[in-house]
Parts: sequence; structure tokens; C-alpha cells
Amino acid sequence: MPAVLVVLFISVFPLIVSLYLSLSRFRFVKGGFTLEFVGLLNYKKLLFGSQQFHFLGTFGDVSAPAWLALGIVAAILAALLLRYIRGGGFSLLGLVGRGLVACVSLLGTLLVVKTLAAGGHPGTLVVTLFYVFIGVFVQYFIGLGLAVLCVQDLPGRRFFRVVFFIPIMITPVGIAYTFRMLTDTAKGPFSPLWQFFGWAETSWVTDPWGARIAVMIGDAWQWIPFMFIVLLAALESQPRERVEAAMVDGADRWQIFRAITWPAIMPVSITLILLRTIEAFKIVDLPNVLTSGGPGIASESLTLHSFMAWRALDLGGSAAVAYLLLFVVVFVCLTFVNLVRAGRAGTS
Amino acid sequence: MRARALLEGFRRMARPTSALAPAPAWTAVSYLALGIWSFVVLFPLFWLLVTSFKLPIDVADGPFYLPGVDFTPSLHAWRYIFVDLRNDTLRPYFNTVVVALVSSVLAVTLGSMAGYALVRIDYRPRIGTIVLFIVCVAIAIVAVVGFGVAWQVALAAGGALYVFLVLSVGRRFRRSLRNDDIAFWMISQRILPPVVVVIPMYVLFQQLGLLDTQGALIVTYLAVNLPIVVWLMRDFFHSLPIELEEMAMIDGASRYRIFFSIVLPLAKPGLAATFLLVLILTWNEYLLALFLSTANAQTLPLLIAAQNATRGPQWWYMSVLIVIMIIPVIAMAVALDRYMTRGLLVGAIKE
Repeated sequence: MPAVLVVLFISVFPLIVSLYLSLSRFRFVKGGFTLEFVGLLNYKKLLFGSQQFHFLGTFGDVSAPAWLALGIVAAILAALLLRYIRGGGFSLLGLVGRGLVACVSLLGTLLVVKTLAAGGHPGTLVVTLFYVFIGVFVQYFIGLGLAVLCVQDLPGRRFFRVVFFIPIMITPVGIAYTFRMLTDTAKGPFSPLWQFFGWAETSWVTDPWGARIAVMIGDAWQWIPFMFIVLLAALESQPRERVEAAMVDGADRWQIFRAITWPAIMPVSITLILLRTIEAFKIVDLPNVLTSGGPGIASESLTLHSFMAWRALDLGGSAAVAYLLLFVVVFVCLTFVNLVRAGRAGTS
Repeated sequence: MRARALLEGFRRMARPTSALAPAPAWTAVSYLALGIWSFVVLFPLFWLLVTSFKLPIDVADGPFYLPGVDFTPSLHAWRYIFVDLRNDTLRPYFNTVVVALVSSVLAVTLGSMAGYALVRIDYRPRIGTIVLFIVCVAIAIVAVVGFGVAWQVALAAGGALYVFLVLSVGRRFRRSLRNDDIAFWMISQRILPPVVVVIPMYVLFQQLGLLDTQGALIVTYLAVNLPIVVWLMRDFFHSLPIELEEMAMIDGASRYRIFFSIVLPLAKPGLAATFLLVLILTWNEYLLALFLSTANAQTLPLLIAAQNATRGPQWWYMSVLIVIMIIPVIAMAVALDRYMTRGLLVGAIKE
């Protein structure tokens, strides 16, 4: 099969070369370049050394409420783990897997809490996780809402469907520049609005949270259509008789949605969220163009981090970031898939 | 599931079906929400279009909204892009069209064949042989990168080693993979962030002397998009009736004949939806193109980014480029829509 060969070659070859690059230091010399094998130095630098501020972030002083939140998360994780053990029918592999997930989640929460605390600055890892989780969450629910509206028998809905689909067709770079125009508080189309509120002098892009939110809005604008179109199809193909029967029985809109529609679109939703999560980890064009990762590194994603390292000719560091990103994505996806599988086994 | 859902979505855009009639108050609320979202979607597009007719001074002097009302529209940006830049615009445009079309067509062709094979033929590759293959590739790469062996020699030696090992110890391996494993492995390739792939690809094409050619981009996009095609088309072929193929098989048709004259026509709607999706992805791809092309094979997203010159972003030129970039995609979507609706036949045959 030619397809398998192509994918095999293209996937295996770069993986190995990347691994090798990430373990070495790249230097230009006269008439070419040299690669020096340095072991895990690149990773060490990112996780503990001089690049830690960039990858993980700077740690601040954690306040009491933040510690409390951390404690609550830890307690919930421990409780879930305990319930699993008490529940019986557990396997060693399942226990180890869940334990691992719990530990990593706890570490992740600790990282988020510490870098968001006063005096701390989140690094690219935290920022990327932020883009992915909050971004996908928001996109899913707005997409679902629009799909629910569009599935109704309203005149002119074909128009809305076509219009809602357009943003996905625009290149992300184009969207990034468009949003740079739109978010300009002095010359952009919304500047009268900003002036009215007295915010005309502040710029989204110089404020860390403003920059991050601007990136997220652009990403959402582009990817909600994808969620919308697939969810719409799922909604259209749900069993109509059951909805009608429930109507006759006097169930209201919300009850119907909870009891019939939601379970019906669950499988599609899971695939959709998984796919979007995978793609969202790769976000690069928007932060690159919209904010160049700035102010400082406040809105830099992991892919952009790797790209910047590449541009600075730090090929080893770039490959190391890319590999760490790969680990994070694989971990998140596997956790998600396994949780869903476990959840399904639990309910059915 | 997803292939069909996606297709359904495209199809529903064209053919509204009746649903339960909502109450008037709810209708009003719905229209309000739909209207707000239409504004959210359309306003950036409107702003792009307006900006493309603005003089630099109109952009710099604060927001102006309606051409002819609060500023005088000018065609200077359009003239600059199409007359002054001419070849510098047309070449990237041509590149984008060629790269996107060729790689999408190839991806859909190869991918649908692979998807079909994964549905109808049982594969059992042995795990051991695959591991051997990876080990041989690794050895060849280390030989090239680490010890400066010429890549031609390394490729030949690696290939020879692989054949030798498979023939000698390959028979001992017993454990093998199933079709589902292959399919999952395929989609897992999408998990690879492009930055992991791109540096080695850069080195590879540099060694082959293919950097900054359309061929390099086509091959890369083909590899990146194949998993999606395989995954979507596999779902789609699952839903096709097997009886037709069995009948053709009895009549003595070959596998290729069956595939091309029976299966593909039936799968036209799926093909159209998948093709559109892959085309959109390739058409708009930025990062890989940025690494793999400079001047000759430059694509449109790069040209847009290049308008961010030393004098600051040239909004008016960018807007023109973005506008001329969207139009063909929308046209393609409208053109393919016809085939997607015709796909209703599939359901009829299945009854």
C-alpha cells in the first residue's frame, strides 16, 4: 500500500531525526554545520536550567487561597483514586495509569498555581494548556449553541448555515492580521466603543491577559464553524420520533435536550473534542502574527516557542521543545480516550 | 462517524429539512442570537473588504466604515497587487493552486485506496518486521548525520540490511497487528505537532536539493493530510453495501475494477467532503510552507505574512490578498456541494 509507505517514511524519519537533534547541539562552522551529542542537556535546560522561565514559567509566591485551591484539587484527585480502588474490579494497569494521571494533573495544577501567583509568569507550557482547554471548551459550547439554533425550522436558516461556515476557509495568518486590525483600540473599527469606556489608550496586545484573550478569540472565531457543522449534522440525524413523543408527553425544551439530544450527540462530541484538542495544541500562526508571542513571552504557545528557537538557530532546543510538546499531547489524548472509555464502561 | 457527520453537515446546508415548529417568542430569541453571530462572522470580512479599498491615510486616521460615505474608495491596493507586483502575486497564487490541488487529489486518491483496503482486506503485518524497519531507518540516519556517510550509500545499506534481516530472522516473529491498529496508528500521526516534523523535513529536502520546490510542498502536505483522508474514507466505506461488490466479484471483476467503477462512484459524496476539507487545510497552511519554501515555491499565506514589512503592516495589500484568497475556496465549496447532495443515492441503494 503506497499510502502506508508514504506515511511510514514521513513519520518515522522525522521522529528519529528530531530525537537525535534534540539530544545534540547544533553549530554552524565554516562550510557547513556540526552536531555535537550532548545527551539530555537540552531537556535539562528547559525543565530546570536557563530556559525554565521560558518553558515552565517563573514561579511566584503562592497566596493562601491558591494553596487552598491546590489542596482541593489534590483532595478531589485522591478521592477519585480511592473510589476507583474501593469500587473493586480494578486492574494493576488501570491503577498505575490512573495514579500516573492523578500525579501529572496535580503537578500541572501546581505549575499553573505557582506561575499565576503574584510575581510569577506562566511559561509557554502553561499558556498552551490554557489555549487548549479553555479554547476548546468555549468553542464547543458556542458551536453547540449555534447548531441547536440552526437545527430549528426557521426561514432563512440556509443563509445562516453558509455564513457560519465561512471563517474556517480563511487562512489562519489572514485571520491573525484581521484580528490585529480589529483589536486596535485606537484605529480599529471598535475604537469609538473603547473611547466611550475610556480604554482608548490601553492596547490588548501590551497586556499579558489581553494578548492571550485576543489570541483565543481569533482561534475561536476560526474553529467554531468546524464544531458547528459537525454538531449540526449530529443533531439533524438524532431520532426525531423520540423528540416528538417527548413533546406530546409535555416535556419542555431543556428536558428534551438533557434526556434525548445530549446522549444522542455524545459520541460525535467526543471525537470532535479529541480532534480539536489535538489541533489546538499546534496553535502557532495566531500568536505569532497577532502578538509575536508578546508582551515578552506572555502569549507564546509551545509550537511558537519551538519555532522561535529554530529561528535563533538553536536546533537542538527547538527539537527538544517539540518533543516535550509531543509528550504532552500524547499524554492528554491518551488520558482523554481512556477516561471516555472508562466512563462508557461505567454507565453502560 | 465523523466523515458522515461532516458530509451530513455540508449536505444540510444545501437542503433544509423540516423540524419541529418552534414557539414565536423562542423564534425571536433564535433570530436575535443568529443575527448576532452573523454579525460576529461577517464583520471581520466586511472590514477586510473595506480596508482593501482604503488609502493608507484612511487607515491611519482612525476608523472609517463606509466607502463613499466617510472616505473615498481607492483601487490603489488592487492596482499594486495586480499591476505593480503582477508576477510576484501570480506566482504564489499559481503555486498555491498547484500545490493544494495536486496534493489534495493525491491524498484523496491514495487515502481512499488505503481506507478501502483497511475496510475490505485483512492485513496482519508482524510487529517484528515493523520494528526492524524502524531500526534500519534509524541506523541509516545515524550513519548519515553522525558519521558523515553519503545518504545514497546509507539508504542502500539500510535497505539491504532490512531485506536481509526480514528474510533471516523475520519469520520468527509471531505477534501481528490488525487493521484497527493500523488505522489508529494512522490517525495518531495527526498528533505529531508539525514542528517535530518540519526540521527533519527541512534537512531531508535540503539534502535532496528539493528545498523551495513545489514538489517538496506537495509531498509534505500529502503525508500530513493522508491520515485524515484514510480515517474519513474508512468510515465512509464502512457504510457502503457489500452486496454490490460481491456481485461484481462473482461476475469476475478484479479488485481494482470494483474499486474504480463501483466503490468510488458510490463514495462520491464522501470523496467530495473529504477533498474539500483537505483542500482547505492545504490551501491555508503556513508553518510548513514557511520552512520549506522561500521564493520560487512561495505560497499565498507566506505572501500575506510578507506584507508585514519594515514600514509596518501594509493592511490594504493584505486585505486584497486575503479577499482574493477566500474566493476560490468558497467557489470550490459551492461547486462540490452538488456532488455532496447527489450522494443521497447511497442511502437509497442500501435499503
